Amino acid sequence: MAKTKILMTGNEAIAKAAIDAGCRFYAGYPITPQNELIAYMANNMEKSAGVFIQAEAEVAAINMVFGASAAGARAMTSSSSPGISLKQEGISYIAGAELPALIVNIVRGGPGLGNIAAAQSDYFQATRSGGHGDYHCIVLAPASVQECYDFTGLAFNLADKYRTPVIILGDGLLGQMMEPIVLAKPQVSSLKSQDKPWALTGCKGRKANVVKSFYLKEGDLEKFNLKLQKKYQQIQLKEERYEELYVNDAKIVLVAYGSMARIAKSAVKALRGRGKKVGLIRPITLWPFPKQVFSKRLTSNEKYLVIEMSYGQMLEDVQLAICGRAKVEFLGRAGGGVPSEEDIMRKVNEML
Amino acid sequence: MKIYSHPKSLRNVSTHYCPGCGHSLAHRLIAEVIDELGIREKVIAVAPVGCAVIAYDYWDFDCSEAAHGRALAVATGLKRVRPQNIVFTYQGDGDLAAIGTNETIHAANRGENVSVFFINNAVYGMTGGQMAPTTLLNQKTSTSPLGRSAAAQGYPLKISEMLALLPGVKYIERVSLHSPQEIMKTKKAIRQAFVNQIEGVGFSLVEILSPCPTYWGLSARESMAWIKNTMIKEFPLGIIK
Repeated sequence: MAKTKILMTGNEAIAKAAIDAGCRFYAGYPITPQNELIAYMANNMEKSAGVFIQAEAEVAAINMVFGASAAGARAMTSSSSPGISLKQEGISYIAGAELPALIVNIVRGGPGLGNIAAAQSDYFQATRSGGHGDYHCIVLAPASVQECYDFTGLAFNLADKYRTPVIILGDGLLGQMMEPIVLAKPQVSSLKSQDKPWALTGCKGRKANVVKSFYLKEGDLEKFNLKLQKKYQQIQLKEERYEELYVNDAKIVLVAYGSMARIAKSAVKALRGRGKKVGLIRPITLWPFPKQVFSKRLTSNEKYLVIEMSYGQMLEDVQLAICGRAKVEFLGRAGGGVPSEEDIMRKVNEML
Repeated sequence: MKIYSHPKSLRNVSTHYCPGCGHSLAHRLIAEVIDELGIREKVIAVAPVGCAVIAYDYWDFDCSEAAHGRALAVATGLKRVRPQNIVFTYQGDGDLAAIGTNETIHAANRGENVSVFFINNAVYGMTGGQMAPTTLLNQKTSTSPLGRSAAAQGYPLKISEMLALLPGVKYIERVSLHSPQEIMKTKKAIRQAFVNQIEGVGFSLVEILSPCPTYWGLSARESMAWIKNTMIKEFPLGIIK
């Protein structure tokens, strides 16, 4: 297949990738800065014999996704921070009913109505079960429009493989900037009902299926939770993803994800140009957090600098992974503020 | 002559419902109609949060749970993905007319081609007898201990009449379970709601007045009389649209 290069926004790349990956159901509610995504779906989903619904509310949208996924379709919704807060009930039910689904959060400033600038302040909500109960979503953090495209197909495959909700955690910068991308071979699953024997298709020729998260009989819910925990352990074992840059001889290792990692990468390259031994770890899966990359490389004289468009959320995961064996410092701004390349270089020079 | 058979769509198990409760009757009528229409293998039901939460333990066809109030959003997802299947929701007054009002109104307004069975017993049963949006004025519940007052708690919500205003809604009828005659009318209405969906007519809702002796503080017999003499005055029976 010839490789086509096209120019599009991160929001559109996610929408296009979803349709290319066989997503045939989208329900959403408009909110900035992810409106290009819902508009792309409105224009293209029905052309691909899929369903597009502008829902009456975020709450309805995520529950429509619950129903579509229960019926066996690849289904998704997208929103931005305040809307994702409203979806948490539904995400908990999706996790509890072990349904695959994709939820895209193009994060904006908070708390409350906040603003529409890019932020990374929803890390806790995405990586710690944001709704009620002991569950996790797999969380993927793209750092380019290309990754917005590539990770969407991956997200559907992981969702189907583990029967679990997957979150793509982007931000307003990533959602709205345009970059040229290469359209790789779409990762379409076959989507036949026999691949999802649990799906609700009508009980012809089999026993009735039930999709539920309710376990009233004593002991049943604990048993179900243990089953979920086992699945989460498997995901932690197999699905940690990250990128490393110049870390082998680094005295200072920057840790950043998403858009922030792009700026951190520029700072690393500039500092390397000046002979400074600086590297970067970029977590790609935020849950499971890539702990192994930290535990495998700790030496006594290195320091870490966590950089976020928040006031220190991923910082806690880095601290847990390092567990006091190295010094961890933090640089962060939020509410529309973004740490600049110069801010990072200044902070690194202080630490050296 | 065949006098009785157990519906294939109804599992042969005892239910958890209280003596005199209307849910088991309503479950059975739905199961009978599904059998008679020969659609059991195409049906996907959505069970509510409320007393009927484990309806899927009683019906023998595909069922989904829905979060409280979200049954019609879940049904929308199911039906749009599988238009060839028969999708219905079974919801109580709290689910359909309080926490799920938004989902109800908008699914109706979109004219989703689904069937809705709305059990109105004027009280919250599963949580222990609290006030429902359909609780009558002066009716005592654990959260309206002096009786529902219009000034403090508003009026019984007539959601069926509200929904009838929407062009997307094709059929709404209010029926009751308080006598054998009314039970037969209820069955007829349930059948109509399914036939409408099979024929692609659109959104159909059957509101079923149903006894809750436990939280009405009445015997089963008194509960039937209360529907007939009191509840129907507020919620008159018949085809609304």
